[in-house]
Amino acid sequence: MKRRINVWSNIDWLTVVLYLFLVFLGWINIYSAVYNEEHQSIFDFSQRYGKQMIWIVAAFVIAILITIIDSNFYSFFAYFLHFVILFLLVVVTLFGTEIHGSRAWLEFGNVRFQPAEFAKITTALALARYLSSHNVSMNRLKTYLWLGAIILVPMAIILLQNDAGSALVFVAFVLVLYRQGLPLGVLLFGVYVVALFILALILEKLFVIFGTVALALIVLWVLNKRFRYVWVAAVIMLASGGLFYGAKQLFDLNIPIYFMILGALVFSSIFYIILSYWYKVPRVMILLLLLFGSIGLTYSVDHVFNNFLETHQQKRINQLLGLESDPLGAGYNVNQSKIAIGSGRLTGKGFLNGTQTKFDFVPEQSTDFIFCTIGEEWGFVGSLVLISLFIMLLLRLLFLAERQRSIFSRIYGYGLISVLLFHFAINIGMTIGLVPVIGIPLPFISYGGSSLWAFTIMLFIFLRLDVSRLKVLR
Amino acid sequence: MALDTYAVRRNIIAFIILLIAVIFLVKLFMIQVVSSDYTPKATSNVIRRITQYPARGLIYDRDGELLVYNQAAYDIMVNPQHLEAFDTTEFCRILNIERSYLNKKLKEAKAYSRYKPSIFLKLVSSETYARLQEKMYKFPGFFVQPRTVRKYQYADAAHVLGYVGEVSDKLVDTTSYYKSGDYVGISGMEKSYESVLRGKKGVKVYLVDVHNRIKGSYSNGRYDKKAEVGTNLISSLDMDLQRYGEKLMKNKIGSIVAIEPSSGEILSLVSSPGYDPGLLVGRQRTKNYRKLQKDTLEPLFNRGLMARYPPGSTFKVMNALIGRQEGVLYPGTTYECHGGFYAGNFHMGCHNHPSPVDMIESIQVSCNNYYAHVFKRIMQDSDYESISKAFTNWKDHLQNFGLGDKLNIDLPSEVGGFLPSVDYYNRYYGENRWRYLNVVSLAIGQGELGITPVQMANLTSAIANRGHYYTPHIVKRIEGEKQIDERFRTPHHTGVDSAYFEEVIEGMDLAVNGQAGSGSTARTARVDSITVCGKTGTAENPHGKDHSIFIAFAPKDDPQIALAVYIENGGYGATWAAPTAKLMIEKYLKGSIDVQWWEDYVTGANLIKQKEEDEEED
Repeated sequence: MKRRINVWSNIDWLTVVLYLFLVFLGWINIYSAVYNEEHQSIFDFSQRYGKQMIWIVAAFVIAILITIIDSNFYSFFAYFLHFVILFLLVVVTLFGTEIHGSRAWLEFGNVRFQPAEFAKITTALALARYLSSHNVSMNRLKTYLWLGAIILVPMAIILLQNDAGSALVFVAFVLVLYRQGLPLGVLLFGVYVVALFILALILEKLFVIFGTVALALIVLWVLNKRFRYVWVAAVIMLASGGLFYGAKQLFDLNIPIYFMILGALVFSSIFYIILSYWYKVPRVMILLLLLFGSIGLTYSVDHVFNNFLETHQQKRINQLLGLESDPLGAGYNVNQSKIAIGSGRLTGKGFLNGTQTKFDFVPEQSTDFIFCTIGEEWGFVGSLVLISLFIMLLLRLLFLAERQRSIFSRIYGYGLISVLLFHFAINIGMTIGLVPVIGIPLPFISYGGSSLWAFTIMLFIFLRLDVSRLKVLR
Repeated sequence: MALDTYAVRRNIIAFIILLIAVIFLVKLFMIQVVSSDYTPKATSNVIRRITQYPARGLIYDRDGELLVYNQAAYDIMVNPQHLEAFDTTEFCRILNIERSYLNKKLKEAKAYSRYKPSIFLKLVSSETYARLQEKMYKFPGFFVQPRTVRKYQYADAAHVLGYVGEVSDKLVDTTSYYKSGDYVGISGMEKSYESVLRGKKGVKVYLVDVHNRIKGSYSNGRYDKKAEVGTNLISSLDMDLQRYGEKLMKNKIGSIVAIEPSSGEILSLVSSPGYDPGLLVGRQRTKNYRKLQKDTLEPLFNRGLMARYPPGSTFKVMNALIGRQEGVLYPGTTYECHGGFYAGNFHMGCHNHPSPVDMIESIQVSCNNYYAHVFKRIMQDSDYESISKAFTNWKDHLQNFGLGDKLNIDLPSEVGGFLPSVDYYNRYYGENRWRYLNVVSLAIGQGELGITPVQMANLTSAIANRGHYYTPHIVKRIEGEKQIDERFRTPHHTGVDSAYFEEVIEGMDLAVNGQAGSGSTARTARVDSITVCGKTGTAENPHGKDHSIFIAFAPKDDPQIALAVYIENGGYGATWAAPTAKLMIEKYLKGSIDVQWWEDYVTGANLIKQKEEDEEED
């Protein structure tokens, strides 16, 4: 059943208009951020706004090309494209050009190209293709292995390129999995691990251990609905703790408190296992596994933090968690970024009148920190408009995704939403000091060809799929 | 459509999207609308106020000759945050500094602030600056701030002109105008006319970028304030005369103060030994200042305004005037003198001169005996019920001539001098336990009298004016102002009738121009074709040989110049002070010296060396 449909009358024009608005706003603010009196012509191609102009025009051409390609192309070539990009990622990792410490760029003459930006698209495509196939169940380990292969492989390669920001974006695909039926328990477990990691950084280890023990007891109660189990377990733990403490005092042992508590915990756990076996208390083993896993994680956090993260990443995290304060060092960017945005007040300083961004107090003011220019020159009103545009776009895409008959199209739509939302949340969040500084661009707004093209391609593939939503049932 | 059991999760995703938006908007509302902390931070980020230092006012002498002007100098500044590795050897060579100085200063600058500039090297000359400027690109982090330093046309008149130096911390704390590192007048005219000379600092408000580079003027210069150039001063000093005076006083300790009687303008104010004002400028200032401070001859001490000497016999003219005014002395009053004044066991010596003498002759020959009698009459005047009253009245007369208290001239560090009071003697001898004989040495200007050279010159000026004086002052005119301060334009009357002055002046005329063999004491001050009136003084003092003193004015009938000359340990007034005064008068009135011998005589004398030799003999 094939009908010829007119792509241009069926494309979702609301999304296209929102897209054009954002791209235009981006260009205006890039112009303002790098504006100087010697280069006022908007066609000055030695300046960033001149170059961005070229990329915008090219992006429009790409958008048109994407739209006239047959919609079946994308699902059909999803895996193939993903492999091509993975190959490019490997090539870049080995032979790429290093900029700002990341080996993430392919250079052709004076044009630079960042495959990682495009990896998001193909990952979304591959994910959609895999999840839309018939025999996929979110309750099987095999499914997770495949999903892991699709998402984690590009992520790992990008991490090897020393581009942690771009790698983190792939975390966003969890949202797609969630929509597709990722069990809540898995999700909660993930959240639990992250929260534990952060808490272990901020709080005394001792508190974290007591906290996890308390949590284990609560979970025990929730699972079994028998308060007696909890009561008995608590008494056993307190008793063995007292026993260990008494022994330490009596024999005047010089044991660190950590080991003592751990010892008491192990002792009481063994005792409790025997007891629960005797009385047939269910789910004790799993819970204890979880408890010791948590404690193990708590103790390994420092090791992971100190050995697997770069110094600047550690500093940014410490800064955000308030463990370190260095407004002229690691905190400089965020501090200056907040000053720029905050000094915009309600209505801003006016177009081209921003001083903080123009005089380089804010670093990367046309790329990652472009939002500062908006906040400074257009004030809260400008921030409100920009955030509203993004929210409208995201909600519109959500609506479009949900009206797809094709599962492939819907899942791809969610992939797009996830990536956009992640970029939006992290980018603006970092400029106002809510998340650590992670160098990823603001979609459609930030200066840079690769990023603009990648988001344009990603968006228009979806719009193309949407045009054909009535055509096929996949 | 496939069965979709998780469709409800789209609502949760929509909720997450909206939640993020709300969190962002709340946070943005807090920092952009609620908090007002960020705007001032942004302002301090980009705004730099750069002080504009105005050029200091120039100083001219009374004939319009430029005496003090400004010269460009450069402070080398350093901003540690922009420092990069550089060729320290070359840098030190260009600036002519030690490597240890470089290291020390860089450490200090970093300790002060990593992000704010501080002074690395002060007041570098234009030549050094030119050499550095060519290579400046090699030394990032360093920059140059232009300043001005004072430049003196001559190596003279340091005490009058004064010097400029960095403002003290105290002044920075107590005034709002000065900031640390500013320059301020510290002595002389530079100090007393500081507020006129300094002009007004301006400020330029610039926008700077993160590297502290100036990106343009803030608000098109709306908040800029132009620096106002300091006002020029026309000094009353006659620089030719001043320099001549300093030349005459070379190798002597003492002072010359010359005043124009008709106006009170100070024509010259010599304090010897002096120093070159150019020494107290720029980078060498502190070093040179310490050196001058250590000098045992005290070149920094302004003897003209600060040294208190007994007036010696010059004081006889005062007692003559007071005696006449009080009606205890007449021109015809004569006393015989046989080698001095005798009263019981008391004897005050006198030198050999014709006897008896009347009042005019007593001044001509400087008779001690005569003035002991005059002083006795003043103290025992029946108009006054006690010696206390008589003495107080006598002292009032002296104060009317500007003695005892500060004259309030327009130069800093003037002292008041010392006149003894009734209380002083009451304390010394006991109340009513003293009589004229106890204090008779005051008759001839000895005893408890401390008078500064400028007070002596002013007294002479009052005599030349036949009864009044104007407060001496060093500024003739302030450019742009019609008149100088009123206190310099108001005559002070001495309270002595002008007729009595004519008699005393007659005696001063004869002291200089009397016939050879007539006993005239000041014939060494004679000038052909100019009637000089003068009086010698020879002050005993505890510091060795007598001080040689001379007061004089000329011409007699139309006084143009009145002066006092003090030469410490110079012996008789006629020996050094009188010829020095005569040369000064001749120089001022005629412009040249008739008899070169006198000049050679005075300039050839090295009294400092002689004093040292005398002391060694003792």
